[in-house]
Amino acid sequence: MTVLDAPRQQGSPLRRIPAAMLALLGVLLALILANGLVDTGFFSLGQLRNTLLIAAPLALFAGAQTLCMLTGGIDLSVTMTATAVAYVVGSRAASGDSAFTAIALGFLVALVIGLVNGLAIGVFGVNPLIMTLGMAAIITGVLTVGSQSFLGGATRMPQIVLDLGRGTFLGPLPWNLLVWAVLGVGLVLLLRRTGLGRLVYAVGDNRRAARLAGVQVWRVETAVYVIAALLAAVAGILVGGRSGAVDLQLTASYLLPSVAAAVIGGTSILGGAGGYGGTVLGALILTVLDTMLTRLAVDESLRQLVAGAILLALAWVYVSSTRRGATRRRSSA
Amino acid sequence: MAQPPDLLEVRDVAKSYGAVRALVSADLTVSPGEIHALLGANGAGKSTLVKILSGALRPDSGTIAVAGREVRFSSPVDARRAGIAPVFQDPALVPHLSVADNFTLTGTDRAAVRPWLDRLELDVDLAERVNALPLALLRMLDLARALAHDPQLLLLDEMTAALPSDYADRVFAVMREWRDRGRSVLFISHRLTEVREICDRATVLRDGRAVDTHRTAEGSEARIVGAMLGERAARVDLPMAERGPAAVPGARPRLEVEELVAGRRLKGVSLSVAPGEVLGVVSLEGQGEDDLFLALAGDLRPKSGRVLVEGTPVRGRHPIQAIRRGITLVPSDRQHAVLPQRSIRENLALPLYSSMRSWGWISDRAERRAVDKAVEELEIDMRAAGQAKQLSGGNQQKLTIGRWLVGGYDVMLCFDPTRGIDVGTKHQIYRLLRQQAAEGRSVLMFTSELREVRIVCDRVVVLHDGRIVAEMPAAEADEERLLHAMHDLGPHDLGPHELGPHDLEPREAS
Repeated sequence: MTVLDAPRQQGSPLRRIPAAMLALLGVLLALILANGLVDTGFFSLGQLRNTLLIAAPLALFAGAQTLCMLTGGIDLSVTMTATAVAYVVGSRAASGDSAFTAIALGFLVALVIGLVNGLAIGVFGVNPLIMTLGMAAIITGVLTVGSQSFLGGATRMPQIVLDLGRGTFLGPLPWNLLVWAVLGVGLVLLLRRTGLGRLVYAVGDNRRAARLAGVQVWRVETAVYVIAALLAAVAGILVGGRSGAVDLQLTASYLLPSVAAAVIGGTSILGGAGGYGGTVLGALILTVLDTMLTRLAVDESLRQLVAGAILLALAWVYVSSTRRGATRRRSSA
Repeated sequence: MAQPPDLLEVRDVAKSYGAVRALVSADLTVSPGEIHALLGANGAGKSTLVKILSGALRPDSGTIAVAGREVRFSSPVDARRAGIAPVFQDPALVPHLSVADNFTLTGTDRAAVRPWLDRLELDVDLAERVNALPLALLRMLDLARALAHDPQLLLLDEMTAALPSDYADRVFAVMREWRDRGRSVLFISHRLTEVREICDRATVLRDGRAVDTHRTAEGSEARIVGAMLGERAARVDLPMAERGPAAVPGARPRLEVEELVAGRRLKGVSLSVAPGEVLGVVSLEGQGEDDLFLALAGDLRPKSGRVLVEGTPVRGRHPIQAIRRGITLVPSDRQHAVLPQRSIRENLALPLYSSMRSWGWISDRAERRAVDKAVEELEIDMRAAGQAKQLSGGNQQKLTIGRWLVGGYDVMLCFDPTRGIDVGTKHQIYRLLRQQAAEGRSVLMFTSELREVRIVCDRVVVLHDGRIVAEMPAAEADEERLLHAMHDLGPHDLGPHELGPHDLEPREAS
């Protein structure tokens, strides 16, 4: 296999990294340094571990979001999908199923959710925002009712899920970091080095052109929303394992940051441009920022304000840097 | 001789997009009471200069003066205030509003538009919604609107491209009238005969510089083409002799179309294309030509009739089914073909991955080989390889054709493949199509430029009101005969080209 066979291009590896990525890296390093100044304990192994522990699920959610956004869509049901999966795993394990069965059932639920999202969007042309918002509401409803009936009773996470969620290996390295690393590399390779990846960009950049070139857009979209739901499932298991218990609010706080991380990372909300590398940096920036503001005991409202300001500042930078590039796309309405 | 200041004076204007220098040093002067042509091959910097003059882009350096006063436009509104009114190939009208609302939107006085509507003989209900009107009419409305603002300089950017000839004649009449009032017109067109007939002077851009300005006269076309092409001029002429061997007579047709009815306009067309043949299709605008091409490409489901490749019918409701049978489309509008934010490589390689079987790992070597071959064959400009939107129109068109050289095909449907691109690229495309035919592939080509029929095609069919009304060998298809057939006139009735009732029918239901 030529897995490590990166595209050969002229110039040093550093020059191939777009300027925007270097800027993001700069922001991240500055934030880490600032964090270190605010709290000398930040560089301690324990703190590092905590930061990464929070970053991994966010980065997975943001990965799902990146994939959908690249096709010009969005998935607002990722966090509810994750919660549903955590519920299923927790309650199945509590009622005596093996960890394997419980997790498999969880993934099955995610698969169904992703299929329904993808087919509705791809085949029936439902607007992704509306579809996934509706899906999130439906899942919330089902879980609310279910927690009093078929999902009722205690939830208990299997040991392996608890280990994945909070355990570490080689000192401070959390297991969930490993899960994220494997899936993250997979996602980058999917986007850059596979036919499906090419089509994801093509569909997001120009649906009409993709169709006329023979791309069955609905298949690409279905695949994308299924993959997004499966990534959300993994994130749900990791978050569930970290908290040990499941409730409806388990992953709610990840929804907006998952979109924000992708946008900060340079993925266009209109589709066709961006990638997972930027999203990872976006997720790390948001996590480190949040850690710092928490350390400073800043009020929640101020934290949101700072996060919003950063998002807007970066969006402005992207807009002004892309506007320089030749003709603007005309709407195809 | 003491002269009044020039109406427009452009000095040493430059503009770059990243590493691509679109304009290096553009100079242009337009006098009051002059029709001035701005010419240049695609990528010469013409569109960039037009965007700068209409206020859509800011130059990197250089000066622009209107009536002796230096101006700096930061928006199209500034340009209008300075007395420059542009009319583009794609009319700047909001599709979901009525014509009247569109006029209001741009602060156009309806009383001022009226006389121009009459002058242009446009009988249109202003309450009609824009997207219910045919494109040609919208361009005329856009022109009337620009005239109503009483600009010093009318900027007509390719507005006569693909305009029915009776409309075009009215545009020319208005341009002359405008000149007689002491106002000026900057006229951009690829049709050099038009330019010679109507313009007083012509400025030619090449590679971002103004290389020639001269007074037009009989025989200007040759000088203009020479200036546009520079040292490339030597190989632009494409004599008929350079064509490959004509289609094998009597060979079994590759593509057969039987009584095809589709969309709103196509009322029953039968035709066949042999291997190695280029079949031309010509028509006035709105005769079902776009429905024909979209139906053959599998994008539009036929209402009745059959399409056969090698004797077996093509079915399905998605272009992939046609593509699997070897039928590929080069659409009329490049915006329906190009992935603007993706690289040249990704644009060209797109068809390689359309099938689900190829969703997996990309073979870098195989892809590179296929793409490099197409780039070489089409001489695609690789300076802006990163994003297709930075390419000139001609290079974008090469991408949409090159995509099928990479993906493979048997029958290529080319809809007006040379619309709005420069002479050099046009000739390259002619050569390519002939070469493809010589290798045994088939081409069905719609063209709005009638002389192309004799350059590229073996045979031509004429479409009128959704049916084929004439068919002839390309050698006999001079422009007069074609025009005659396109208007569906009787054999002896070659009168002035009146506007038929079909020209005013809505172009598309929506």
